[in-house]
Amino acid sequence: MAFQGYEPDNQTLLDIYKRAALLKANDERARKVILSGQIAMVYYSYRGQEIIPSALSAALRDDDYVCTIYRGIHDMLAKGFPLRPLWAELAGRVTGSCKGKGGPMHLTYPPKGIMVTTGIVGSAAPIANGLAWAAQLDKNDRVSVCNFGDGASNIGAVHEAMNLASVWKLPTIFICQNNLYAEHTTFEKMTGGENIANRAAAYGMPGFRVNGNDPAEMYAAAAQAIARARAGEGPTLLECMTFRFFGHSFGDDDSKYIPKEQKAKAMENDPVPAFRAKLIADRVATEEELAKIEADIEGQIDDAVNFALESAWPTPDDLRFDVFEKEIAA
Amino acid sequence: MSDTATATDTAAKKPARPTVTILAALNKAHFDAMAEDPKIISLGEDLADPEGGGVVGVTRGLSAKFGDDRVRSTPIAEQAIIGAAIGASLVGYKPIAEIMLMNFTAVAMDMIVNHAAKLRFMSGGQTSVPMVIRTMTGTGFGSGGQHCDYLEAWFAHTAGIKVVAPSTPEDAYGLLRSAIDDPDPVIFIENLPTYFAPVSFELPDSSHRVPLGKAAIQREGTDVTLISYARIAGEARQAAEKAAENGISVEMIDLRTIAPWDRETVLASAAKTSRVVIAHEAVKEYGVGAEIAAVISEELFGKLKKPVKRLGGAFSAVPYSKPLETAFAPDAERILAAIVEIAG
Repeated sequence: MAFQGYEPDNQTLLDIYKRAALLKANDERARKVILSGQIAMVYYSYRGQEIIPSALSAALRDDDYVCTIYRGIHDMLAKGFPLRPLWAELAGRVTGSCKGKGGPMHLTYPPKGIMVTTGIVGSAAPIANGLAWAAQLDKNDRVSVCNFGDGASNIGAVHEAMNLASVWKLPTIFICQNNLYAEHTTFEKMTGGENIANRAAAYGMPGFRVNGNDPAEMYAAAAQAIARARAGEGPTLLECMTFRFFGHSFGDDDSKYIPKEQKAKAMENDPVPAFRAKLIADRVATEEELAKIEADIEGQIDDAVNFALESAWPTPDDLRFDVFEKEIAA
Repeated sequence: MSDTATATDTAAKKPARPTVTILAALNKAHFDAMAEDPKIISLGEDLADPEGGGVVGVTRGLSAKFGDDRVRSTPIAEQAIIGAAIGASLVGYKPIAEIMLMNFTAVAMDMIVNHAAKLRFMSGGQTSVPMVIRTMTGTGFGSGGQHCDYLEAWFAHTAGIKVVAPSTPEDAYGLLRSAIDDPDPVIFIENLPTYFAPVSFELPDSSHRVPLGKAAIQREGTDVTLISYARIAGEARQAAEKAAENGISVEMIDLRTIAPWDRETVLASAAKTSRVVIAHEAVKEYGVGAEIAAVISEELFGKLKKPVKRLGGAFSAVPYSKPLETAFAPDAERILAAIVEIAG
């Protein structure tokens, strides 16, 4: 195995599943809430990509940094973003983590190291380096994770960032979640070279293409990259293969650009139920134990959605605050 | 100088000619700030000493004194530079990022405008970006269309970022120290052709600060208010002196901070003189002068004796050929002509 010595034990697998189950349930609820008209928001479903951040986050510490993009709620929830301030932010309420000023594309929660969510493709990468630089200067062996997609792998910011991370030996982990579509365009059509992982070699860092839907492989790859970064050996690029089930933005008709068979096959291999079945088959957990975990999650999401919908809206006067540290004069 | 030095001692030590440049003041500001606060770090192309300590030497000596961890030369990659500064600033550092020339900020606009300026607001105040972006620019060296634009209006138009442009060594020192102290991102504009002119007698003391958002009335007057900043403030000072010889009393204001600008000082002066000239090197159309003229007209409509007069760069790329480059930006002569016209 490529990542020998980093295989997850049963307790870690269960931890990964708890995160993945939360992510799956939260996405299902988000789509339901949008369709019911309770919350109007721009939503980029991550359904199908849950295993990547669940396995990664199981290998991270709370004080490690994460930057992600607009399709990134899975990255944040897996890292420990609490549900109430998350849902209140999605609903645009003053109790949201960003007081309703950021919204789904700019979710931020520093207590869990969730430092930046950007709506600009690839832009998390240069900033993730800065967090890594701070960790390097502080000598606190934190790592900085930069999530991006296969689409972002073609933008300049990502390349500038990978080069700088390598030159400065920064503890940055580049996580490319390759879901095979950059918005509506196929990976093959827009990507020079066979894959993204190979690009790492050009920047003098290790790069691996891994099955992002396989919890054990994803965990081991992440744990090895993290260990390397903590040891001061520099960055790693992981290209994590996956698929998104609900198009680019929720509501778009992906049947126009994704072949029906490709999507059907990906959904048949839905990684979260497959992981669940494997945990039971391998006797890591019982059906009852997992059902209890899932029921608890539903209860927590119920509570968070209710909290959000009952919370107050911000007032126009709030526009004067948080532009600068000192408020703008009325 | 010891604390017990008297005014006489100071006068005795004062050299016969000015020796202090903006360059030296900026260099000292870096040294003083980094010595006082270990969280101040610095990065940019050719910034460290093995690469020359900056292309004109603003950061010379810093890496030797404070080490390669805190003072780093970077690849030629402006997004990577600003991104690294943003990230470090989010978790307790105070980076000074140098973008060698102001036109190169265009390469990093996403980092500056979409991220540095907005992260505080978009995070609801959970995070902030206390960083300084130093950059140099200015016509006069025949650099042509991509190396010397004044682009301050782009940044002044962006909520969440402050814009500063000193015209004297004292202000360069005091504003840079204040920009570093500031809790928000600041674009600090240095004028390349005036770096090297010895214009002051002493380097500022390490306690010297110039508050952001506070203009300087560099000459008091009663007939015409003249507003400028950066290199053109020097041209404006000369124009004001010549106007005085012609019997026109000019109140000359150096904005020093472009955003947020000192409305109080400007409006008080405009109310007093009822005649206003604004001059800057940036292209006149949609420039900083337009905003100031608009606010003066909003606040003082009916009290002005003449419409506000604006002078700025021509609506062209900065040209190469010397006569064209000279014609591009306002100078003391053209500012004087504007003063005479509006005073008439």
